[in-house]
Amino acid sequence: MTTEQMTGAQALVRALENVGVDTVFGIPGGAILPAYDPLFDSRRIRHILVRHEQGAGHAAQGYAQVTGKVGVCMATSGPGATNLVTPISDAYMDSTPMVAITGQVATSLIGTDGFQEADISGITMPITKHNFLVTQPEDIGRTIVEAFHIASTGRPGPVLVDIAKDALQSTFDFEWPVQMRLPGYRPVTRPHSKQVREAAKLIVEAERPVLYVGGGVLKANAAAELKVLAELTGAPVVTTLMAKGALPDSHRLHMGMPGMHGSVGAVGALQRADLLVALGARFDDRVTGKLDGFAPNAKVVHADIDPAEISKNRHADVPIVGDAREVIADLVVAVQAEHDAGRRGDYAEWWKQLEAWRSTYPLGYDLPEDGGLSPQFVIERIGRMAGPDAYYVAGVGQHQMWAAQFIKYERPGAFLNSGGAGTMGYSVPAAMGAKVGKPDSAVWSIDGDGCFQMTNQELATCAIEGIPIKVAVINNGNLGMVRQWQTLFYDGRYSNTNLHSKRIPDFVKLAEAYGCIGLRCERPEDVDAVIAKAMEINDVPVIIDFVVHQDAMVWPMVAAGTTNDDIKIARDMAPDWENGE
Amino acid sequence: MTQHTLSVLVENTPGILARVAALFSRRGFNIESLAVGTTEHPDISRMTIVVNVESLPLEQVTKQLNKLINVLKIVELDTSQSVQRELVLVKVRADAETRSQVLETVSLFRAKVVDVAPDAVTIEATGNRDKLDAFIRVLEPFGIKELVQSGMVAIGRGARSITDRSLRSIDRSA
Repeated sequence: MTTEQMTGAQALVRALENVGVDTVFGIPGGAILPAYDPLFDSRRIRHILVRHEQGAGHAAQGYAQVTGKVGVCMATSGPGATNLVTPISDAYMDSTPMVAITGQVATSLIGTDGFQEADISGITMPITKHNFLVTQPEDIGRTIVEAFHIASTGRPGPVLVDIAKDALQSTFDFEWPVQMRLPGYRPVTRPHSKQVREAAKLIVEAERPVLYVGGGVLKANAAAELKVLAELTGAPVVTTLMAKGALPDSHRLHMGMPGMHGSVGAVGALQRADLLVALGARFDDRVTGKLDGFAPNAKVVHADIDPAEISKNRHADVPIVGDAREVIADLVVAVQAEHDAGRRGDYAEWWKQLEAWRSTYPLGYDLPEDGGLSPQFVIERIGRMAGPDAYYVAGVGQHQMWAAQFIKYERPGAFLNSGGAGTMGYSVPAAMGAKVGKPDSAVWSIDGDGCFQMTNQELATCAIEGIPIKVAVINNGNLGMVRQWQTLFYDGRYSNTNLHSKRIPDFVKLAEAYGCIGLRCERPEDVDAVIAKAMEINDVPVIIDFVVHQDAMVWPMVAAGTTNDDIKIARDMAPDWENGE
Repeated sequence: MTQHTLSVLVENTPGILARVAALFSRRGFNIESLAVGTTEHPDISRMTIVVNVESLPLEQVTKQLNKLINVLKIVELDTSQSVQRELVLVKVRADAETRSQVLETVSLFRAKVVDVAPDAVTIEATGNRDKLDAFIRVLEPFGIKELVQSGMVAIGRGARSITDRSLRSIDRSA
């Protein structure tokens, strides 16, 4: 062990370096100021000065999602810290490993309503995996190590470390390495072998199984194992919004995305299944629709690293607690053993049905009659031209769903979005973080005009820090998804959804004002050329204002509060479930 | 709904009570009673939490509690397999006329008088919920001026201890 005299602030920077941090997104301010002085000298940490703390948080998420490392953001006390609340909550809902470091007012001021004081550990208690308030410099090193350990292991999530200013300023004997003290934290990663064998038995006995794959499979880096399991069993696979790319979209066993805007094939597969094998998925209401009508005849195998997810929404007949990669690898062995013993599932009839749904109800869209630009077409073309090696980062709303539907994901982790929290404004800063994490890959932000206006100040960060992301603003001038609901459920009364963003702001001028390249596209015949032009520019960020028609809707759709059986493929059009049977 | 008693061993850290209480309210559970204090190990506190809830949601709240980093262990204590006690302090009107009857009630319930004033006595009583409810009912006609109750504390019967293993994990990591 080495001992060295230094300030708490120096200890913080040293500890961050020692746990392998190379990038921090943040903004300084009064209480965190002491930390920024030694940070200035760090040769191992690049600090990226953002324009709003929310941007720092989402950037840390984007960085974490593409690198698999813990994303780090930093802010000062009070409003700096409260501006992190949205990304922290987002990271909590989507299980993103993230450490947020905030300055706190000096210990003597805590609890006095001091200037820029906010009880950020109290505020973030329900939206962090854990948080710490550090008031002694001696605790800084150990707390950082614990924070990174908690954020990155088990079910990943955000951890906040709030450090009082005087703890950063005082001098003490820094010791390294440090010993963690987390007696209450013991995530289970090894699945129970008896449960795995039981699951394998159900798989080979089933007639209509479905592998229901969630984001946990990506978090566990289990895509390779999933492919082996899928091909070994021959069972159909659905991947949720959080699991896009866990199995290539082009794979013959892939039935698409389930849920509110899922494909008929994927939704139908879940509804008619006699066995759901849920892997790192959490039976979210956007997937299940009305819960008591969800997959009514299915037995459930539910594997998740978080025991609290199992049987939370839907009873699990076979619960398996463990890391998705280990669970799937063990399942492969157990299913193989069943096969070797001459027990194998026969899903031929099931596939006949699935193929009928797949060919009768492919995802599609109508082109606008007036020859205007179709948002789905734009997104589809970006996916084709930028290809499977690019990263796609969506905001929240219609464009997000279209980005999930019409871009083909062939590898894990290529699609980033705000799934659980549904945070408008996620895309630009998350794309920025992703580009920092993968500087040699193309990163496309697929954003809406509403979302874009919530966080586009980070274009300044991108331009100045040399982070050449590409932003496709799918500009329909409206809060499109809300407008769609108003069309369907509020008699077309468009209360406060028209943003007029085809007029104000001028996104091309805005891009130029931020030192980026601004392009505009209004006609279908220009789409390929403008995407090609954007792809040629690799030194500055490019913003394309795709002016699209406002009446496009996301289909299929399971209306909120209805069961998946009530899915509509277009307004008032239900699929014929018996087709092909 | 059924009543459940949870014994929750936690690290004795600032904010742990807020974390536990907030988790119950956030997940939509009402705490009937909560008592907290340190155990034989100064680094470990023990919370006794009584909730009225069906068994399925109880399983969910237990799992969520287990996810709190500072929670070491949760045990549900079965009423028949544990000793459960609460304490009440009750200030009852007692003048020259009624005092002897009040004192008779006190001795009947094996309670004790802890303070005396010319027209009132303060009584301390311990017991399980049923006994204390009965005691309070009997005192009511005399006139209860003030009543304060602790949360329930409970401990399993027999020689086994629920803290043993948790103490070991604390010692290991210290």
